[in-house]
Amino acid sequence: MPHFDAIIIGAGMSGLAAGIRLAMYDKKVVVLERHYVWGGLNSFYQFQGHQFDVGLHAMTNYAVKGAKGLPLSRLLKQLRIRHDELDLHEQGFSAVSFPGVKLKFSNDFNLLRSEVSRAFPQQIDGFDALTKAVREFNELDLDAPQQDARPVVRRFITDPMLEDMIFCPLMFYGSAREHDMDWDQFVVMFKSIFFEGFSRPQQGVRHILKLLIDRYRKAGGELRLKTGAARILHENGRAAGVELDNGQALTADTVLSSAGLVETGRLAGSAGLRSNDPNEASLRSEGPAGVVDVPSTTGADRMSTRQAGQRPALPKVGERPVLPGKLSFTETISVLDCPAKQLGIEETIVFFSNRERFNYEQPADDVDTSSGVICMPGNFRLPDEPKDHLVRITNIANYDRWAALGSAGFQPAPGSAGLRPALAVDVSSTAGADRMSAPNAGETPALPYYAAKQRWYERSCADVLSHIADFRPHVKLVDMFTPRTIRHYTGHEGGAVYGSPRKLRTGQTGIDGLYIIGTDQGFLGIIGAALSGISMANRWVLQREGVSEPAA
Amino acid sequence: MTDEQIKQAIIGIISDIAPDEDTSNIDPAVRLREQMDLDSMDFLDIVMELRKRYGVHVPDTDYMELASLDSCVNYLRDKMAGKALVS
Repeated sequence: MPHFDAIIIGAGMSGLAAGIRLAMYDKKVVVLERHYVWGGLNSFYQFQGHQFDVGLHAMTNYAVKGAKGLPLSRLLKQLRIRHDELDLHEQGFSAVSFPGVKLKFSNDFNLLRSEVSRAFPQQIDGFDALTKAVREFNELDLDAPQQDARPVVRRFITDPMLEDMIFCPLMFYGSAREHDMDWDQFVVMFKSIFFEGFSRPQQGVRHILKLLIDRYRKAGGELRLKTGAARILHENGRAAGVELDNGQALTADTVLSSAGLVETGRLAGSAGLRSNDPNEASLRSEGPAGVVDVPSTTGADRMSTRQAGQRPALPKVGERPVLPGKLSFTETISVLDCPAKQLGIEETIVFFSNRERFNYEQPADDVDTSSGVICMPGNFRLPDEPKDHLVRITNIANYDRWAALGSAGFQPAPGSAGLRPALAVDVSSTAGADRMSAPNAGETPALPYYAAKQRWYERSCADVLSHIADFRPHVKLVDMFTPRTIRHYTGHEGGAVYGSPRKLRTGQTGIDGLYIIGTDQGFLGIIGAALSGISMANRWVLQREGVSEPAA
Repeated sequence: MTDEQIKQAIIGIISDIAPDEDTSNIDPAVRLREQMDLDSMDFLDIVMELRKRYGVHVPDTDYMELASLDSCVNYLRDKMAGKALVS
């Protein structure tokens, strides 16, 4: 039985980046991925000859080559990637669009500032002061006290609409919390979106993933696809390995889990998680009382529970249960017969709200189409005309409602990649989104799940028309994914894209040798997730070893 | 290993860690951090590469000895004695 220095659960951005670091320093490391593709949330698939990205609209944290001290530069050095290899192309410009007000922004922060000054002349001094506070805050200080962002922002911004317009993009691109964000997360997102900005490789996320996979394999790392972790093994408070879905056990000194906080708690079973994170204020006072207690379940048990549609008890850290995130999304993908620019749509990304107050919360209905994100990937400054002209619209959605919709009888085609089952309707022969009725092979649109997708696709498109030109007559193919799809491909409970509202910044779980990486460690976006994997691998494997090993 | 080779060993490591940096004109007397974008994570990598390539162990407490090329040479002269440059 092989013994590993480290087992990494999940081949998303954080798992692959952590794997590269460990393999690079000759650790025996394996990355386990339940699915047959890597990437996690940031994956890709082909559909009827078209290549689609999942998750990625844009890479945030843009930095020009040679920029000092920025997250992207740090990531490149840690993974030994040259800037040119990423093939990044900047956005044209984007916008935050609310009723009667549109604020443009680009990778040049001065544009946003001048737009605020134009649209909210009374607020510009406060905006400058907020900008200064953001710039001066060190979000990498893991010991900084937690505080809510809204009260801080309100010290500077007194117009509620401007406040919401600032929060809207930051929340859509990274908040696991409803209504508010942690101040440090606000700072991370503000810097990554407004100071640094958006870019994208010509080939989208698959280009980044290919770079990471190549680096990982070249360094000697092992990747096992279609290999799920059923249980995290531990003895006497110390991680011992992972039991796979097929019952095989792999032993290891360290387990890095990108499965999520709640999900990792369940994998660890009855001994559960206890945070050592000094930022977990409730734990500091409660000490060892904060043991997570969940029923011990085997992989088979969990499977049957899932099939029965029940949820096992939630893990707790301290007295508060670690709640799964409530924020999930639908995304519609429309393939147009011409570039969006020909229809007068110039923006790369539009963050919109049809109401003056932006409401970032789980909707009571299936989807909240009154706000969202519209992405035109073809409006990045790409050197080559993209093969497909896409409009992607993301809306907040309710996982439980989608999960309850019947789709019995659907069998995804074996070996099909990406987001199956998804709405998959080829309207090229009939033209026009209003006639998207032809089912894809194997799909039965009459089933409630697919009927709901069709209905919400139409609502989602109709509700963006005060922000961008009507593209619907030019739609030749559509696809759509839902919270259920996200649940299926990320394993995140409730399809929670950004994980649990609670983050463990130090990664420590209370089980020695088991650490959280990725979204629930608290860094977001592609660059953030990768840096999370890197910093946890450094801190808990490479640096630890450096300290303990005797001088040569 | 000669002093010059020790410098080359360090420059070789930095070129691998920071492939976008120009390492052709490093002033040996000036702190590396002032000449290029290196942070504490990168110094950890320099230390780990020294161990991987040359079997040289640099304890945490000695990291500041690696501040400039000249200080690297002074610190590593004995540790690198008799070792061959890895390209």
